[in-house]
Amino acid sequence: MSAETSNKPHILPLSVYFGVAAVLLVMTFVTVWAASFDFGEYNVIIAMVIAVFKASLVALIFMHLFWDNKIYSVAFVSSLVFLGFFLTLTMYDTLNRGDIYTERDRPIVPAAVIYESLEPAAGESETIVEDSLSQDEFEDESDSTDTSAEDEDWGFE
Amino acid sequence: METSTATTGHEERPEFLQHHFATAQQQRETSKLGIWIFLVTEVLFFGGLFCFYAVYRSWYPEMFHEAHKLLNVSLGATNTVVLITSSLTMALAIRSMQVGSKKWTMINLGMTLALAGTFLVIKFIEYSHKIHEGLVWGKFFTFGEIDATNPHLFFSVYFAMTGLHGIHVIAGMITISWMMYRTSKNHFSADYYTPIEMTGLYWHLVDLIWIFLFPMLYLVG
Repeated sequence: MSAETSNKPHILPLSVYFGVAAVLLVMTFVTVWAASFDFGEYNVIIAMVIAVFKASLVALIFMHLFWDNKIYSVAFVSSLVFLGFFLTLTMYDTLNRGDIYTERDRPIVPAAVIYESLEPAAGESETIVEDSLSQDEFEDESDSTDTSAEDEDWGFE
Repeated sequence: METSTATTGHEERPEFLQHHFATAQQQRETSKLGIWIFLVTEVLFFGGLFCFYAVYRSWYPEMFHEAHKLLNVSLGATNTVVLITSSLTMALAIRSMQVGSKKWTMINLGMTLALAGTFLVIKFIEYSHKIHEGLVWGKFFTFGEIDATNPHLFFSVYFAMTGLHGIHVIAGMITISWMMYRTSKNHFSADYYTPIEMTGLYWHLVDLIWIFLFPMLYLVG
């Protein structure tokens, strides 16, 4: 009997299930209604706040996280934390890339001579000079100082 | 006290309790942790598509706004209502088995299955309409009456996210059907209903993901 008593499930009253479903349905209409107004940037924030609220109700009550062993909550929340890292770092990269690099829209050098330079030691300086020349053709004037500084560093001239 | 189980020291083990678990509670909690870790992988799986969405929305905010107007909000909202109701019936199916009612478990699982089917039918109507108009992914996009840059990207995101979600709905329907079969074969009781609970957790996650997909795709501000 001891195994059975410890396994006794936690049964919620029916009213809790119907109440949660009613709130979820009402919030669905609220989110559609809120989207009909133009709040500018706040539209997406309002929509996401409502979605997080609905998702929390589903997770805590329908998925029983509120009453269950907290290890399940820890596992689930950890996935959200890592999703947060993933999104934050990707968005930080994609939104700020242009601010970091001085060069923009740099075209791909047609002949990838840089790979050829790896082969013979004798022709090395020649091919790399050729590479930097072909880059100069594509670059803006503002970048030309940059390139020459790079050449000096490597002592190719 | 006077029962034989107490004196022999060999406790009566329930039929469902596997030999490598000490108690039914341990067995139940182990199974549940397993399914929760599976749900974690599902969140990260969908996370890639959420990232896909976030990057392209940040690159083309005006295009997302123009393109989302081509989706049918009332069909999307109907599908949200359908999925939330199916989550309710799924939760009620578990509760019915907790109180030992095989009949109501079957009814609630059947309703969940029917609602999942309704969701897919509505999704099919939406998809066929979009495909007919050429509002599809990538290079197959042929719709001309939209004034925005790269509108095919929105539909790539739309089909990738709703498509993967739809596959999960189909997988859920298969699992729910399996649970109905097992319930009808009297595999479950008020003491043992863990597989139905696992199916329920998976089904709620499918609902949970849709709760985010609906405003992200249909209600772009």
